[in-house]
Formats: sequence, structure tokens, C-alpha cells
Amino acid sequence: MTQTTETVRASLAKRYARERRFHMMGLLSVMASGAFLVLLLGNIVTKALPAFTTTYVKLDVPLMPDVLRLDDNPDADAIAKARYNRAVRQGLLDLFPEVSSRSEKRALYQLVSAEAEFTVAEAVAGDPELIGTRHSLWVLADDDLDTYRKSKKLQAVPESDRRFKDFQVAWLDELKAQERIKTTFNWVLFQNGDSREPELAGVRGALVGSFYTLIVTLALSFPIGVAAAIYLESFATRNRFTDLIEVNINNLAAVPSIVFGLLGVAVFINFLHLPRSAPLVGGIVLSLMTLPTIIIASRAAIKSVPPSIADAALGLGASRMQAITHHVLPLAMPGILTGTIIGMAQALGETAPLLMIGMVAFIVDVPQGITDPATVLPVQVYLWSDSPERAFTERTSAAIVVLLVFLVLMNAFAVYLRKRFERSW
Amino acid sequence: MKTLSISLVAAAIALTSQSAAASRDYIEVVGSSTVFPFATVVAERFGRNSDFKTPKIESTGSGGGMKLFCTGLGVGTPDITNASRRIKQSELDSCMANGVTEVIEVLIGYDGIAIANAKSAENYSLSRKDIYLALAKQVPNPDGSETMVDNPYTLWSDVNPELPAKAIEVIGPPPTSGTRDAFVELVMEAGCESFDFVKAMDKDTFKAYCHGVREDGVYIEAGENDNLIVQKLEANPAALGVFGYSFLEQNADKVQGSLVDGVEPTFDSIADGDYPVSRPLYFYVKKAHMGQIPGVAEFVAEFTDIDTMGPEGYLTDRGLIPLDDDAYEDVTTRANEGTPLESL
Repeated sequence: MTQTTETVRASLAKRYARERRFHMMGLLSVMASGAFLVLLLGNIVTKALPAFTTTYVKLDVPLMPDVLRLDDNPDADAIAKARYNRAVRQGLLDLFPEVSSRSEKRALYQLVSAEAEFTVAEAVAGDPELIGTRHSLWVLADDDLDTYRKSKKLQAVPESDRRFKDFQVAWLDELKAQERIKTTFNWVLFQNGDSREPELAGVRGALVGSFYTLIVTLALSFPIGVAAAIYLESFATRNRFTDLIEVNINNLAAVPSIVFGLLGVAVFINFLHLPRSAPLVGGIVLSLMTLPTIIIASRAAIKSVPPSIADAALGLGASRMQAITHHVLPLAMPGILTGTIIGMAQALGETAPLLMIGMVAFIVDVPQGITDPATVLPVQVYLWSDSPERAFTERTSAAIVVLLVFLVLMNAFAVYLRKRFERSW
Repeated sequence: MKTLSISLVAAAIALTSQSAAASRDYIEVVGSSTVFPFATVVAERFGRNSDFKTPKIESTGSGGGMKLFCTGLGVGTPDITNASRRIKQSELDSCMANGVTEVIEVLIGYDGIAIANAKSAENYSLSRKDIYLALAKQVPNPDGSETMVDNPYTLWSDVNPELPAKAIEVIGPPPTSGTRDAFVELVMEAGCESFDFVKAMDKDTFKAYCHGVREDGVYIEAGENDNLIVQKLEANPAALGVFGYSFLEQNADKVQGSLVDGVEPTFDSIADGDYPVSRPLYFYVKKAHMGQIPGVAEFVAEFTDIDTMGPEGYLTDRGLIPLDDDAYEDVTTRANEGTPLESL
């Protein structure tokens, strides 16, 4: 045996051990990040779960004309404007006739949501024949009742420490005994825009706002980004000027996002007079932010297409535009789409630049277009997390879950597109 | 081709939206994050119960709101701004300079600032002087000479022998917050004034000494999110937290309010003015917008209604401390007659 072999043999065990350690370290890192992810998701999902159910109370609402303050032969207009809150209150008083003091009555009326009178109004609008009868229907419960029912922890604390007092608990037990309480899936969360009543608050406005904003972002940043990448890769000659552009694109990718918000305010709102709080401006600002990501990813994708393919096309008489649009671009598309989706996912989670252009706002109505005032999902999370009402804590987590699902769907769509365009050569 | 048509569509949309900004059929409100939870409740009710659209409310902070509000008149500017302090003369001047000459001031009520800790810890009874001595960057020399030294205190018992021998640790809002401004003004300044020689200083020196909060890790800035402070207090029973009263009320099972100058922070004690740490909440309206933007006058009427901000109005359910009867009467008459603010 030569000396070299001996040296190698002697160190072999050590090298194997090192190899294993290296392997283990990699595995540990993956497991650690996996554990963090599970912890985070588990925490959010368990916190969010209560928000996906909600409580309804069944009331027998007296729709007598004298309760509703209606005349003998009311027209449709009078019926629409009738005092349905009186009917709801009377319905509650009928259940608990012993309640007489003013403060107790107030507490009793607050068992059901402010939405209740509108539920009754809708029922009557659907069937005016109901007037003069006693109609029984399910109305949304107030968030205090709902939170108390769902939280075992809150049920255990002494009366002085909770908003839902013992006499209200007694009413709740009585309602339960009469089978007037039910729990259902919280559709309201997906049907309504924002609200200051937790039981009425929903993510629909923010979801639609996020959708419009991302559409604008995509419509601007995708074509511009891809065109810039093609120019820089296929047409631009290397000189000082293109070097400068390249450095600037890379720098732009590292600019804090709030700076884009400041730019948005100065240029789009103050100078161009585009509307404040609109997805249009939000989308433009976010597309400025995502452009560098898309350009960098697209350039890498275009570069990775073998030059022989473009050369062959040119050799067969294709123009440069044909070589690019027919051959290079389709082959680079999976990489471009990956870059685009990463950029869009960034844009989806962004709040800082939107703060400056007024999208951090309380907006009840669901936006109907890209110039309507709107907010986006991460802003909704931010606003709810800052609300004093206890029931908003679980809704904050629920909004995060919705945001994550939106993100997963977007990524799944990207994977699907990539699979479709992927070609081997 | 496809990409070209998409960008054309985008450009077309961008152009048409120009005209959308020329008229506005909803009210635009900006301003304080403290007034935000109250203003939003009113806006939502207003949207449901009237034929007008629901006003859009942005939470920009009092100062940021004033800046936007005073940029001028017209549909591109907000109609109303909320503030957790009174408008400053400099802000009013800038409003006037930009053509916003008639500003109506509406005082809506009060908000208490609680100094609280976790329910599992013992309840504190602090004076404003104790808090000042515990948190100020520089304090009067403990040896009694009339000089200022860097804050030497580490335990509450150093500040006041009657307090427990626990480390001073306070979680509170950052300087950008209106809550912090009010806290400094109502607690720190008052604590400062308990020392005669400091009180006798000229205005600027007094401010410099009394507005400075420790930066050696004893006062922890927790961001503007009051829920976060509540969570941190729950996790750390040794700490005290500074936040709005409505958060104390909602989280009574988790945190307890310390007594300040012997008074517990409750709805009644703040309303009576017994609890010393409470601040006024305002909103400001452009009179010129009242006829121009649909619903502004009606929104003001809804906000100042007895069922809204009156002693038993629905805003009191949200933790607003209402005005007393005389002040309410005065505020509503001026608001509904549209009497603009002349000077401060």
C-alpha cells in the first residue's frame, strides 16, 4: 500500500462521519422550518376555527301593524320603512316578559345583532302577507353572546371579568332550553364587506379588492416586464447604458415597498388625480414593486433557452421577432410564469405602500370596479387585529386563513400553467 | 399581440378613471386611529339607515389626517378628519392658507388611557409622579439638589417605597401615536409639575425634560396595536402596559387597570373626570363640502345625535366616554348650525 492510500484509509471514518453530519444538518434545517410552519399554521387555524361558525337565535316576531307603526292599508314604501326594530324588541320581550328595568331591557335587546331588523324587513318584503301575523325566524346573535358560547375559557372566568353577565347567561340557557339557539357555518364571513359589528363583518370586500388590485398589477407588470426582459436579452447591445439599466433593475428589487407608496401618492394621486383608495392606483403601485422580480426571472428564463433553437429558427429564415415569439418565449414561459407568480404573491401580501395611497380604510360596500374605494386582504387582517372587540381576534385569524387559501390557489394555478407549457428539448 | 391588447385595455381604463374622480358620491373621512373605531360604527349605521353610501374612513393618525384635510377644498380632498387632540394653530393656519376657511369643530367625547397589567399580577396604585419618575429620561436628582440626572431607577420601590420591589417594565405606544402624545401630556407633564423647580423652568426646557421617555429598555415601544400590548401583558405579568380604555373594557378577563392617583379607570370615573388620564376626541368638517358632497350634513347630524354620542348612545357601548349635558348641548347646536371655528 502506498502512503497516499493509507492516509486516505485513515481519514475515511472521519470523512464518512462528516458526510453524515452534513446530511443531518440539511435534514434538521428542513425539519426545523417544517416544524415552524406547522406551528404557525396550527396556531392560526386553531384560532380561526371559532370564526367559521356563528350563532342564530329564533324569534317569534310580532308583525302587527301597531307594533310596526303601520296604517291599515300600507303601500310598499311604507312597508319598507316600517319600524322592524320594534318588532324584534317586542319579540325578545315576549320571550322574557319578566324583564322590566331599562338597563335590563337594553341588555336583552343586545342579545341579537343589529342585523336582526333587516332580516325581518327582508322577510316581510318577500311576503307582505306576513303583516298582522306572528312570524318565527332565525336572526343573527350578537357577538358577545356568540363569543361567550364558543369560548370555554370565557365561561370559566368570574362574572366581573366578562362582558356577557350572569343574567344574560341565564337568558341564553333559557333560549337553549327552548331550542331557540343554533350554530351554523358562518356564511356571513364570505358574503359581507367589512363591518364594525364582528358578527356582520366579512372578507368579501377585501377579497374582491385584492382580486381587482392583482388584475391591474398583472395587466401592467406582466407585459412590461416580459417586454423589458426580451429587449435586454435579445436586442440590447452591451454598453454603459444597458449596464446602468441592469444595475438599476437589481436595485429596484431591493427598495423598501413603502417608498413605492410615497411615489404613488406623489405621482398618481397628487399629479394625475387618480382616485384615492382605488384598486387602480394600488395595482399600479404594486406593479412597480413586482416589475423587477418579473424582469429578473424572465431574463433568467430566456437565457436558459438554448441559443441553438433561436439560431435554427433564424437559419430557416424566421425574423427575430418570429424566432422570439414562436420559439424562445414559449420555451421560457414556465420560468417567466414562476417569476410572475412570485411577484404577484409578494403583491398580494403587501400593506405598506397601500397605506400611503389610502387603501387602509374602513370600507363597507363591496367594490364594483377598479376605481371604487377598496381595501385588500392583508389590510383587512391589519384593521381587524387592531379592533378592540374580542370577536375580531378570531376573525383576524380567519382572514389570514382566507389570504393563505387565496395564495395557495394562485400558486396552484401557476403550477398548472407551468405544467402545460413545459416542454423538453 | 395578446400582451399588447392587455396593455391597451389597461391604458383605456386608466383614462376613463380620470372622469371618475371628478365627482364623488360618498363621504371621505381621514384621521386618528383612536377615533376610527367610533367613527366607523357611525359610518356603518349611516350607510344602512340612509339613502347615502357608506362613508369611507381611513386611519391615518391625527397629524396625517390634518395634513390631508388642509390640502384644500374639492372632491379630491377629505370632507372630515378625526383627531384625538384639538387642532393646532399651525394646522388651522395651513387650512386657511389653502382655502379651507370654514372648519366646524365637533367634540364627540372622551377616551381614557389605562395603565394596566396582567390579571395574574398584583394591582398597582400609582400616582402620576410615580409614573413620571419611573419613565422619564431625565429626572430630578434623588439627592434633593435641583439638578436633572439620567433616570437611575430600576425598581418601582425606588420610585416610591410603597410600591412593590419589582423591576420597572412598561409596554406602550411609539412617539407617532396619538395615545403617546396624550400620555406624555397628561401623565408625564403632570408628574413633572409636582417638582417646583422644574415647573419654574422656561417652556422649552420644561418640555425637553418632561416629554423625554427613557430609551434604556425600560419603556418598550410596542407599535400602534393595542391588542398586541394586551397579549404581551398576558404573557409577561411583570410588565405594565399603556393603551386605550376600550381595550381594557373588552379584555377585563385578561388585564386590570392600575389606579392612577387613587382612581380606578372605569366608565364612570372617566366620565366624571375623576380619572386623570383622559383626552378629548374631535372631528373637523369642511363647511364648504356640506352642500357639495351628498350626505356630509346628514352624517354630522347622525354623529351628533343623542342616540349616537349622547349619554346612552350606541358609541358608549364601544367605550366612548360621553360629554356632560351642557357640553353636549353646546357642541350639537354649533355643529348643526354650522358655526365655524374662528380661532383656538
